[in-house]
Amino acid sequence: MGANRGAGAARRSCVCVGFTCLLLIAGCASGSAGSSSGPVTINWYVNPNSSGSYQKIVDNCVQQSNGQYKVALQVLPATADGQREQIVRRLAAGDGSMDVVTVDPPYTAELANAGWLRTFTPVQRTEILQNVLAAPTQTAVWQSNLVAAPWIANTQLLWYHKSVAKKAGVDPTSPTFTWDQMIDAAVKTGTKIEEQGARYEGYAVWVNAMILGAGGQVLVHNDLGKDATVALNTPAGRRAAAIIKRLASSKAADPSLATATEEIGRAAFESGAGGFMLNWPYVYSAMKADIKAGTLKTDFMSDLAWARYPRVDANIPSKPPIGGNNLVISKFSKHPDQDYQLIKCIVSPAMERIELLINGDPEANALVYKDPEVIKAVPMAALIQESIDAAGPRAITPFYGDVSGALQRTWQPPSAVNPNSTPKNSATLIHDVLEGRRLL
Amino acid sequence: MTATVERPAASSATKAPPISDRVRHERRLGWMLSAPAVVVMLFVTAYPMLNALYLSLFSYRLTDPTHRKFVGLSNYWIVLKDSLWWKDVATTAIITGVTVVIELVIGLIFALVMHRIIFARRTVRTSMLLPYGAITVVSAFAWRYAFELDSGFVNKWFGLGTFDWFSHTWSALTVICLSEIWKTTPFVALLLLAGLAQVPDVLGEAASVDGATAWQRLRKVTLPNMKAAIMVAVLFRTLAAWAIFDNIFVMTGGSANTESLSFLTYRQSITRVAIGLGSALSVFLFASVVLIAVIFVKGFKVDLASVRSDR
Repeated sequence: MGANRGAGAARRSCVCVGFTCLLLIAGCASGSAGSSSGPVTINWYVNPNSSGSYQKIVDNCVQQSNGQYKVALQVLPATADGQREQIVRRLAAGDGSMDVVTVDPPYTAELANAGWLRTFTPVQRTEILQNVLAAPTQTAVWQSNLVAAPWIANTQLLWYHKSVAKKAGVDPTSPTFTWDQMIDAAVKTGTKIEEQGARYEGYAVWVNAMILGAGGQVLVHNDLGKDATVALNTPAGRRAAAIIKRLASSKAADPSLATATEEIGRAAFESGAGGFMLNWPYVYSAMKADIKAGTLKTDFMSDLAWARYPRVDANIPSKPPIGGNNLVISKFSKHPDQDYQLIKCIVSPAMERIELLINGDPEANALVYKDPEVIKAVPMAALIQESIDAAGPRAITPFYGDVSGALQRTWQPPSAVNPNSTPKNSATLIHDVLEGRRLL
Repeated sequence: MTATVERPAASSATKAPPISDRVRHERRLGWMLSAPAVVVMLFVTAYPMLNALYLSLFSYRLTDPTHRKFVGLSNYWIVLKDSLWWKDVATTAIITGVTVVIELVIGLIFALVMHRIIFARRTVRTSMLLPYGAITVVSAFAWRYAFELDSGFVNKWFGLGTFDWFSHTWSALTVICLSEIWKTTPFVALLLLAGLAQVPDVLGEAASVDGATAWQRLRKVTLPNMKAAIMVAVLFRTLAAWAIFDNIFVMTGGSANTESLSFLTYRQSITRVAIGLGSALSVFLFASVVLIAVIFVKGFKVDLASVRSDR
């Protein structure tokens, strides 16, 4: 009797739980569908950023849209690898709540190849690419289609202390300034060269810039996807390896080179231990912010100088790294027209100007660098534009993650790089990994 | 899961052939009460496992859906002939061996202290168990920051200058193991304390009457009588250490040859989105866990119920 009653109660509570679940699912479904009248809410996935520039841009764009849309900022993880992982997972699952996404240029081709991105129409293409620099445009095109809007067009510069360069008797702004000269200068002055050597995307950026700077390529025939040719085991690849090896085993290497990221390098450079630093222009705003916060001495800026990315060989112009962000529209978004309107607004020169002034990120649109206020706030604006123009993108392939992962595995730690074996081993690994024959 | 579901049915079947109405009702009630949990478990564990088994037979890249093709067992073969897999097996085995042994020794000392202590008993027990309450990722960050060059204090304390712990294999593995040991020794101590509590005091007293020293009593009386608890602790810790991921993810990201099997699987499945290869790896990982459990349970005759007070 008691058992019977218990069973009945259990059945009833089961039904209750099941019904509640159904209600919850129904609630979620109707919640995400949105209503047909009134502004739609666009979810814009952005990189973490505490400067407030995104919110300011969004406020402006929402106001300009006359009630067409509202924007909710969704924050992605802090590292490039983490951002890609989340974007890929969401898009692979057909996440309809992902509308506009900030994507690292090297991963644009991958997402487009998977069929997750909305292609821009010819009219949109013309609108978006007006006055956009060439290198950023390259990263936004896959199989002749524009699949992303170039937005931030980051590039690395050489930052150094004037006093250190003077003591070493070198001029980093000379067009033929090389890595070898820089290493000698750092050794001579007892300072370090701050570069990204940890096993992550930032290290692949460095390796790539060295190979391109030596006149080589990581991949050729990229449009063949899996069947692209690995072009790493060449004199250029070996030259790049020789310089990385030389820096890593010299006194100019930061002790934490093998685990160093951008921010670790910036901290060492600010402390004075680092005499030279390869880093993105955001560091300039970050240093100014540190002075304002009182963690950096006020006369720091008077000793700070910058130059174009150093050459590998004096007779070949450097190919500075290009980074930044593209903006893409997810194929699963329910309101692509509004998404496009938002993107068009974000990449407009007026908004890019805000982004540059508040956040210190260089932009893809050439007009921004002509702005007097920008020139005043970012004294190296002309150099940045030159660097972006001359930049060498990382391999544009849907398998960039594999290429980068294989580079990171074979070239890490920097001190173990061997010009005779590293380029050869990494070429073999990249080839096998692209074919799906090796683990990574 | 299946073991816990089957056990009551099997034991009652051998014990009592004629089933009364009451027993039948109770059994039905038991099934109905556990049914939702069983269904959920099937859905969240059995389905993904079978799906992984199925996916492991394909060459399949999430970001390259058009080139998905059936390749049979070739993914398993790729894993087995890749030196990276064997290197990571070795790394994982080293981490497992080192941490389990050290945890067992320190855990036993902790358990003895907690068992014998008279003054401030609660405070001592609580403070010894505290690290186990820390989330593994938090503990990993704490140890990373302690050893890191820019924020760490360890190098200053020991005068190590600019030694970078995380760029050399052995030093990085040392910190990874330290963090693991710090966090999970209390768990071992807790299991061993339960085992100690089951050793009757009279045995020790009798041995000391016979003139046994403290060391002899521990070795000849206490330890043999708590063998079951020790084996359970070793089994649980081995299984958990074999699947180590968080510490490595936080501290080195797999660099400096510190990658474990879980991390290797993560890299193929999540980073490379090579679903076929990743699934083959997770099948291997699962099989190795089952193997360890079988070796312990069958080989060493570990009775998982022995640490329960009702047996």
